Amino acid sequence: MQVVQGHSRGHTRERTRVNDCAIKLANVNGTGSASANSLLMQAIFRMGIPVSGKNLFPSNIQGLPTWYEIRVNKDGHTARALDYDLMVAMNAQTYDRDIAEVRAGGYVLYDATWPLDPSLHRPDVHFLGVPLARMCNEHFGDPRERILMKNIAYAGALVALLGMELPLVEDLLAAKFAGKEKLRASNQRALHLGYDYAQEHFDCPLPCRLETMEATGDKILIDGNTATALGCLYAGATVAAWYPITPSTSVMDAFKRFCEKYRRDPETGANNYLIIQAEDELAAIGMVVGAGWNGARAFTSTSGPGISLMNELLGLAYYAEVPAVVIDVQRVGPSTGMPTRTQQGDILECAYASHGDTKHILLFPANPAECFAFAVAAFDLAERFQTPVIMLSDLDIGMNDWVAPRLTWDDSYRPDRGRVLGADDLDRIAAFYRYSADDETGVAPRTLPGVDPRGAFFTRGSGHNRFGGYTEIPDEYQEVVDRLVQKHRAAAAVVPAPVIENSTGARGAAPLGVVTLGGCDLAVREALGILAAQGIAADYMRVRGFPFGDAVEAFLDAHELCVVVEQNRDAQLRALLTLETGAPKEKLRSVLAYGGFPLSAQQVVDGVMRELET
Amino acid sequence: MPSITKPLVTYPGLQRNALDLTMRDYEGSMSTLCAGCGHDSVTAALVRALWELAIPPHRVVKLSGIGCSSKTPTYFVGGAHGFNSAHGRMPAIATGANAANRDLVYVGISGDGDSLSIGLGQLSHAMRRNVRMVYVIENNGVYGLTKGQFSASADVGSRAKRGEPNRLAPIDPVMLGLSIGATFIARSFSGDKEQLVPMLKAAVAHRGFALLDVISPCVTFNDHAGSTKSYLYTRQHEIKATETDFVPPAQEITATIGPDRVTSVAMHDGSLVAFRSVPDGYDPTDRPSVVAYLQERQSKGEIVTGVLYLDESVDDLHAMNGTSATPLARLEHETLCPGAAELERLQAGFR
Repeated sequence: MQVVQGHSRGHTRERTRVNDCAIKLANVNGTGSASANSLLMQAIFRMGIPVSGKNLFPSNIQGLPTWYEIRVNKDGHTARALDYDLMVAMNAQTYDRDIAEVRAGGYVLYDATWPLDPSLHRPDVHFLGVPLARMCNEHFGDPRERILMKNIAYAGALVALLGMELPLVEDLLAAKFAGKEKLRASNQRALHLGYDYAQEHFDCPLPCRLETMEATGDKILIDGNTATALGCLYAGATVAAWYPITPSTSVMDAFKRFCEKYRRDPETGANNYLIIQAEDELAAIGMVVGAGWNGARAFTSTSGPGISLMNELLGLAYYAEVPAVVIDVQRVGPSTGMPTRTQQGDILECAYASHGDTKHILLFPANPAECFAFAVAAFDLAERFQTPVIMLSDLDIGMNDWVAPRLTWDDSYRPDRGRVLGADDLDRIAAFYRYSADDETGVAPRTLPGVDPRGAFFTRGSGHNRFGGYTEIPDEYQEVVDRLVQKHRAAAAVVPAPVIENSTGARGAAPLGVVTLGGCDLAVREALGILAAQGIAADYMRVRGFPFGDAVEAFLDAHELCVVVEQNRDAQLRALLTLETGAPKEKLRSVLAYGGFPLSAQQVVDGVMRELET
Repeated sequence: MPSITKPLVTYPGLQRNALDLTMRDYEGSMSTLCAGCGHDSVTAALVRALWELAIPPHRVVKLSGIGCSSKTPTYFVGGAHGFNSAHGRMPAIATGANAANRDLVYVGISGDGDSLSIGLGQLSHAMRRNVRMVYVIENNGVYGLTKGQFSASADVGSRAKRGEPNRLAPIDPVMLGLSIGATFIARSFSGDKEQLVPMLKAAVAHRGFALLDVISPCVTFNDHAGSTKSYLYTRQHEIKATETDFVPPAQEITATIGPDRVTSVAMHDGSLVAFRSVPDGYDPTDRPSVVAYLQERQSKGEIVTGVLYLDESVDDLHAMNGTSATPLARLEHETLCPGAAELERLQAGFR
């Protein structure tokens, strides 16, 4: 068996595929590969091609395997693919599993400074060896630089192999290192090392290659956590309290940066915000509840373990009817789980957080654009319904850069502060009682501290009656909790409606309905296209808020069989649908993918086929 | 007294403060605590202090956790909003409320269970942040509301109504505050209204976290002979470290506590807190000597009371963070939202 090293010419005559490939880059974390990987992804975006870049990183600072997956697809199918066309194998620890993941006829780019073990060879795969370490050692003196520049060198090789626009990549480097000429020069040199080597030794471009398109000109590259922070800024949040936890930390980092830029009074230099790094999540939610009670728009951002700690005060805010906004960027549980892997595993916990009868308003964004819009909606809902609102994002949405439509803002937006009585309103009534005078949505007006003594009342988590007084009388207690569930139900008409796409158009629904939420969106859509091509028609519903409204009920009702796709072990969305809608359990089946990596269309197709066969 | 119903009729002799309000205007509902409970006396002192200071009732914010002491906010200043929250979590809620509106007077009532067990962490961090509030621990060494378990402040060897003597070392909130950087630390006794009232007034004037550890005997569960938090023990073993006078702004200093050994500290609102140190050399502004003195006295079983430590030089939460003078909860949307044009502009960087 021939050990392949350095050259590979005469590729199997594959048909050319333009702007449709999946690339996986395997590295050791802490060696600076993130920079090279995002450079590539950004360059592809600038070439106008729909692209996604997913960072699959370990819960570690240095030394463990990390992967970056780039999916390029001219039709916008940028969910994770499992069929890799090109593997950049930079981590000898994982050579075997990385090489095994390449599709037949695909390519492996590896550092040929050291020979590949013959046992790793696959006859159905092309091995492209580039002596990256050797070249970098020859051209760079500093040890750290030698390690960092290897990554830029392989980026250069990929530019050649994929037929990418070299000047565009050079421009990106120039912009990134503007004012740092030495760094720019080093990066340029490394880029060319790889590029020139590839051009010289391989047939460039490969059959699977990229060409400039015009699909991203009006779009931006942004991660969900930054978009969330932007939404909180625009909604007028002034108080934020948090405790660091992967993968939500960058929400608050971004919010802080935005506040430093936009919330400093130009005349006095005073800060129109207060961010408190709390001692734990219990304190963080306490601060949010205290601030919301006192009339500020306040929020916290956390992940599953933080929500567990926040349960008690979420229940207090629910029963005492205090607005609070919580951003939950979900990761794999239970317990510490896998902090750097993605799931939608907090659905049930958030829907019912806290002991006793509690039900919260939830929002399920699928991408950064919805993170922005739903963050704003969260504050309006929280204050309008005087209750906690939890926005369930996830690690894949939050921490990766996504191609997103440009965010827009309507300057005529006015924050919905809900029913708050001021001094003038108190003039017009005989007496104010906190939990009375509810409207048809069950919301009773509140007053804010410090405004007027006639508005004073006592907020408590203990049993209270419609007058805000302490009670242990059954009817009085029940009257209040019954109104709370009425209030929650009323929110169904106000939370974002589900996205529904019927495969057969107006003429009637297909018998199969596929239901999902959040980050599963792109993979499910792609899967529906694949299924349709195989003659399996299905309608699509992506729920975006809880409580579920009439549209959700109607969709479930209209289909003989519904398959609920989600990323958790216990089919939590399915469970919530059975608990909170009229849909019978037997009608709802599950397709579950909960290993921690972002969902791929293949998993959905396989799962749906499996359900249809049973 | 909050446990005695007052007539609603006013009479000419009823004293009025600078706002033309009587003490009735600073009272709340009837107390449902046990007859003779120390907490009711603390409530009465608080009513008096707030009335004397002429704080508009609606500008007071009452906060508490859970426990017998945490019930008391309903018993004072009926014209103020109150929040009886969760066990041990009042400091965070107070921090958030304070963050939203820096202009109100925050009074937090807690107990030794609420603050020294479950609440120990949040209390400690609220002190570190120097959140401007008056924090009263009504300390009786037991969990009254759940019927008599030891709290973290119970002394070694003290006995509950039934069962084994306590063997765990007590947590002293005053020593905790001193080691954590609290900027106003005081201890008193529910039975000593003369000491409590000026102490509470100084606490309100303090621009930061004011910790008051108030021995408040539990007549039902811990007022027996062996208890170090009983009326009897406290009266027998109390040592006053300072006597305090509170001088509101723009008022002439009247020598009510005697001219000798008087330290005066100016408060940020222009008022003055004057201490007469009882023991020689006690300096309430010198942390190390305060610590030494307290440890020495307490090793002898003595309960040292008074405004024990005061530092007016530390920024409070808002000063530390440079927040706007206008309360954050009152800022207009236009001030907070950058607008559509700016969103267009800033997105140019997201490419």
